[in-house]
Amino acid sequence: MDISAISQYTPLFVQAFFLTVKIGWIGIALSLGIGIVCAFVMYFKIPVLTVIVRIYVELFRNTPLLVQLFFIYFGLPKLGLTISAEVCGALGLGLLGGSYMAEAIRSALEAVPPSQRESALALGMGKGQLFGLITLPQAVSSSVPAILANVIFLLKETSVFSAISLMDLMFTAKDLIGLYYDTTECLVLLVIFYVIMLLPVSFLGRWVEHKARFAIYGD
Amino acid sequence: MGSLGFEVLFKGTNMLRLLEGLGVALKISLVSVLISIVLGIAFGMLVSMKKPAVNAVFNVYLEIVRIMPQMVLLFIVYFGTTKSLGLNLSAEAASIIVFSFWGTAEMTDLVRSAIISIPVIQYESSAALGMSRLQTQAYIIIPQTIRRLIPLSINLITRMIKTTSLVMMIGIVEVLKVGQQIIEANRKSSPNAAFGIFATVFLLYFIACWSISQLSKYLENKWVK
Amino acid sequence: MEEILRVEHLHKKYDDLGVLEDVSLSVHKGEVIAIIGPSGCGKSTFLRCLNGLEDIQDGRVILHDEIINPCDDVKKLQKSREKIGMVFQSYDLFPHKTILQNVTLAPVKVQKRDKAEVEAEAMELLTRVGLESKKSNYPRQLSGGQKQRVAIVRALIMHPEILLLDEITAALDTEMVREVLEVVLSLAKEGRTMIIVTHELQFARAVADRVIFMDGGNIVEEGAPDEFFDHPRTERTRKFLDNERFTVTEQPS
Repeated sequence: MDISAISQYTPLFVQAFFLTVKIGWIGIALSLGIGIVCAFVMYFKIPVLTVIVRIYVELFRNTPLLVQLFFIYFGLPKLGLTISAEVCGALGLGLLGGSYMAEAIRSALEAVPPSQRESALALGMGKGQLFGLITLPQAVSSSVPAILANVIFLLKETSVFSAISLMDLMFTAKDLIGLYYDTTECLVLLVIFYVIMLLPVSFLGRWVEHKARFAIYGD
Repeated sequence: MGSLGFEVLFKGTNMLRLLEGLGVALKISLVSVLISIVLGIAFGMLVSMKKPAVNAVFNVYLEIVRIMPQMVLLFIVYFGTTKSLGLNLSAEAASIIVFSFWGTAEMTDLVRSAIISIPVIQYESSAALGMSRLQTQAYIIIPQTIRRLIPLSINLITRMIKTTSLVMMIGIVEVLKVGQQIIEANRKSSPNAAFGIFATVFLLYFIACWSISQLSKYLENKWVK
Repeated sequence: MEEILRVEHLHKKYDDLGVLEDVSLSVHKGEVIAIIGPSGCGKSTFLRCLNGLEDIQDGRVILHDEIINPCDDVKKLQKSREKIGMVFQSYDLFPHKTILQNVTLAPVKVQKRDKAEVEAEAMELLTRVGLESKKSNYPRQLSGGQKQRVAIVRALIMHPEILLLDEITAALDTEMVREVLEVVLSLAKEGRTMIIVTHELQFARAVADRVIFMDGGNIVEEGAPDEFFDHPRTERTRKFLDNERFTVTEQPS
């Protein structure tokens, strides 16, 4: 391994790392927003909107991000909708993630047992109080492990951004390999930066999962 | 408003070529899933024996798969092995290796949790009925495990298929790549082909994955609940 | 004594399957009514109809002078539910709230009472059931019997005029049944109005002013406890009581 090559390439990887992380987290924030709205629509079975949301969720859960990005980045401009690669990356990730987040949050809402609803009603609570004080808080804590698993999944998915010419980690690695043939050095850097990006979230995920199990079963 | 570019599909054998491209993706995922299931069942039974050394190795393996994007793994296997091992792997072989590596980890974890999730009382009541260990496995444990596993492994197939879209990045001509070639070839006659073609690819993937995931949902409702 | 609750010709169906057929009942202030009967006789469903958790197909439930089931006015229904406390078989404490929060949530949020005052009362009630030391614990850290006592306190703090207890000891281990029943007995002694659905015949006899036997969606027989248990008038009641006594004596303890 060539140490000088590594030190020479590191700044480029750092730059790519920040770009990847930035777009990744914007996409994840977007996906949470979309997911929450869609989950509420499905949970409350709002007419018409529920059908639209269901179609969206099924469409984006059953297609690869790469195909979604190609459609948004290369296909939509033909209809007059041109967006930058960065916006496209965040939007694609947000739409893909939104469909996963929606399912995670919806199933957490539906997992709150009906007897909880009944005892809240028996105490004289109205629909709003039932949702705000009983259903939602329980659903929020029980959906955290699934949401974190989605976050890990979405951060990994950022690796396809290079296909729409975003200068992310993959793009940088591919570019440098093509230019200088320092394959090993570039691959090592690539792995290191993905580990930095994902290992903390993965550990956080395991810790939360452990906590959640504790919350249900006690010690 | 001009055309939406769908007309390209009906030119020559374009639609057929797209479907063939999808076929390449399906073939790679099917082969990888089969390898993953076989290895996953073997490893899963090994891991559920709870030998500390085995579990430590498996946990590291699982963590690698959990945090490394498949794209990165593809690059390592395809470019890395050529360079450092002097092997000249075909792109298809590289993708099957990567997807099986990933799928095996997932299957192992599924098999392990399916085995663990069978309540102890099932073993005890089989023993109380005078069954031998082998009979308990054959009549009680394995049939229950398989019922739990089949929907989950079908689910893995759909995720495999979605992930195969990555293989174009190491030069395999699958449905996206074919799409790009068609768009390129018809640049002059159908400038809007990008919309029609990528919308079609989108739908093709959707039809493939959605129908398979419906099957998995159906089996899950039928067997697990 | 003043009449609190009246049920008139109540009919309840699940998809054409009759669960309750023409049930009528009048509950007076301070009265304790025990409802017994075989599983599936409709006794729990009946209780749930009383605070509008179940729709009814015919008849009505009247609390004081107001019809509360059938009732389309959501606000009115909520108001009457504050006056009807209910405790369930599965306790159903809110898992994300501490014991104290479980008790104070509804009086503060629903009745808009002063938080400090409510907390003081909650501590008083928790002390009464012997659980003051658990106020900061979460439900999962309590035993079944302790959870059920909290559930009773959670209903009491709303100052209900009538308490509905739905098989509250059915999910408990034998050694915890007693601690819960003792609480209910002390409530009866202080003159609370209660309707208790239960399997514990001894307890029903000890606590109730009136025992009602339901079977097949109907009230088959009702009467004062001693009269009811010692001299049942109908064949169905006799059979049921014999059966239960047999099960009780034959059960290994």
